[in-house]
Amino acid sequence: MPVRSLICLLFFFTCTQQAQAIISATITAPGTGLQAALDAAKPGDTIMVKAGLYKLHNVLVRNPVHLVGEGFPVFDGEGKYETFIVTSGRVYIAGIEIRNTGRSSLSDMAGIRLQDVSNVTINNCRFYNTTYAVYLQNSSWCTISDNRIQAQGTDELQSGNGVHAWKSSHLLIRNNVINGHRDGIYFEFVTESRIEKNISFNNIRYGLHFMFSHHDTYSGNTFRNNGAGVAVMYSKGVDMQHNHFDHNWGDAAYGILLKEISDSRISGNVFQKNTMGLYMEGCSRIRVYRNTFSANGWAMRIQANCDGNRFEVNNFTGNSFDVATNGSMVLNVFQDNYWDKYEGYDLDKDGTGDVPYYPVSVYAVITERIPAAMILYRSFLTNVMDQAEKVMPSIIPDQLKDSSPKMKKWPL
Amino acid sequence: MLTLSKYVLLDLLRNRSVLIYTVVLGILSISLLSLGDQSSKGLLSLLNITLLFVPVITMLFATIYFFNSLEFIELLLCQPVKRSRVLLSEYFGMTLSLSASYIAGVGIPLFLKVSGAISWMLVITGVLLTFIFTALSLLVFVLFRDKTKGIGAAIVIALFFTLLFDGLVMAFIFSFSDYPIDKPLLGMMAFNPVDLARVLMLLQLDVAVLMGYSGALFKKFLGSATGSIFSIACMIGWIVVPLILSVRIFRHKDL
Repeated sequence: MPVRSLICLLFFFTCTQQAQAIISATITAPGTGLQAALDAAKPGDTIMVKAGLYKLHNVLVRNPVHLVGEGFPVFDGEGKYETFIVTSGRVYIAGIEIRNTGRSSLSDMAGIRLQDVSNVTINNCRFYNTTYAVYLQNSSWCTISDNRIQAQGTDELQSGNGVHAWKSSHLLIRNNVINGHRDGIYFEFVTESRIEKNISFNNIRYGLHFMFSHHDTYSGNTFRNNGAGVAVMYSKGVDMQHNHFDHNWGDAAYGILLKEISDSRISGNVFQKNTMGLYMEGCSRIRVYRNTFSANGWAMRIQANCDGNRFEVNNFTGNSFDVATNGSMVLNVFQDNYWDKYEGYDLDKDGTGDVPYYPVSVYAVITERIPAAMILYRSFLTNVMDQAEKVMPSIIPDQLKDSSPKMKKWPL
Repeated sequence: MLTLSKYVLLDLLRNRSVLIYTVVLGILSISLLSLGDQSSKGLLSLLNITLLFVPVITMLFATIYFFNSLEFIELLLCQPVKRSRVLLSEYFGMTLSLSASYIAGVGIPLFLKVSGAISWMLVITGVLLTFIFTALSLLVFVLFRDKTKGIGAAIVIALFFTLLFDGLVMAFIFSFSDYPIDKPLLGMMAFNPVDLARVLMLLQLDVAVLMGYSGALFKKFLGSATGSIFSIACMIGWIVVPLILSVRIFRHKDL
């Protein structure tokens, strides 16, 4: 291939003790050169890779080196192989582009795989059409930042996750833009980690998928238009702040789905135009405060098996239904929220309504039982039913109420 | 025909009732839209007004006007003009003036306060409803000889479509909820222009919640452009069919 013969690979070995040594070489078969250079490098050396197309696979990074690309050299897995496997700690990889890793039913093929390592950083790389872009196994103190991760996944079985972490801790996933994977970011048994300022959109299943991962924080992320939104399951001590959950539409799409989560915090998030903004099942002691729910189909769905959760100081505006539930038992507290559908009065002018607000509307209960009744939504008849229910509650769970609804929107 | 329509139109625009209708709609829209900082709430109230008042008022006013202009129509028919032309020009004069007052009363405040597809859809549905219920009142006019009976029929028809029909559909849904009733329901919607208008607006206002409907029906049918086209086509059918019927009956009617 003519391109390959022109490819030029430059190595800059920078040893900390010695003066800088630059080795440049023109290599016609770049594979052997890179692997040899990586193995020959001393700890802390920097290897510069010039722009070009490298058809390499299973490159092992066994020494703590810096691998830096100039002008985004392209590593192509040719749809058959894995590209990089990092087995050494303190590795720094930046400025490279990885394409077309293989797919396999037996192993998860990744653009960069981190195996049992710590203090590895992957910064400013591009991943196109990889099954898994970055795959972390039993790793800790690693940073994945400023990467562009893109794939054209079509179904859940054929594709992998953007950033996949398993049994890791103290990770920092930051400023990545991820789309077209199965799950944008996937955490399983990952603790004490942070997910910050990522944008995860148009993924087939979840923007973020989170299982058995305790004491993690995710903040400032945007999850948009994912097949099923975000799912957080079987975890405790999760901190979710200032995220945007936008436009997750579908009969099983949630802004965020919480299952068996406890002792967590959800604050300052914006839920906009989701079929269901927040879905909670079997959750305990979660504080949900200072969030904005606007233009959702259902702002929240709180199943009756949730207990000890507090919903305070949130804004609910322009949602078709504010709250839905599946039973009459209510062990949660709603207070000081602003609900735009509240029709009460405030005689003493203290900013708090004098009569409680019942966020579950009668039509939410009816469509719960008979989905087909949705076709009569917003007809005059259903308005009459809503008004009648307000005077004499008989269908809605009357325990589920906000006794101190706000008259004005919170400035959030 | 144009001259006749113009005459009816001018007569109606001079008529105080149409002016009052416009002013009432205008005051309602302005107050509802400036009530809160959110336009969605005002839009919803306007939707309710459109779905409830437009059919009733259009129906009543048009029926009364048609019966009152019976003598004028008889006079016109002494001239060498076709019966169908006289009737259609009466219809278009009426419906255009009512549509004009709807556009002036609701449309203008709406476009000033809220722009976008929702406003367009609301105005289009309002105008379509005006066309439909004027056509229905024309049918009432040609079917009944007696003015009192005609007005009674007009009231019954308007209330049937705004209230009673939904009640029947609700009863149907509750009694047959164990069966796959999605498709029959969609079919039933086509039999009520008010429901068609409501579904059209729902697709604009509550698309997020419709997407969550667990049956594939809403998502596949109503969620797509086909749904809107279906609704609008049905509504146009509701204009055309009563018009053709009235012209046919009027042609052979013994005045």
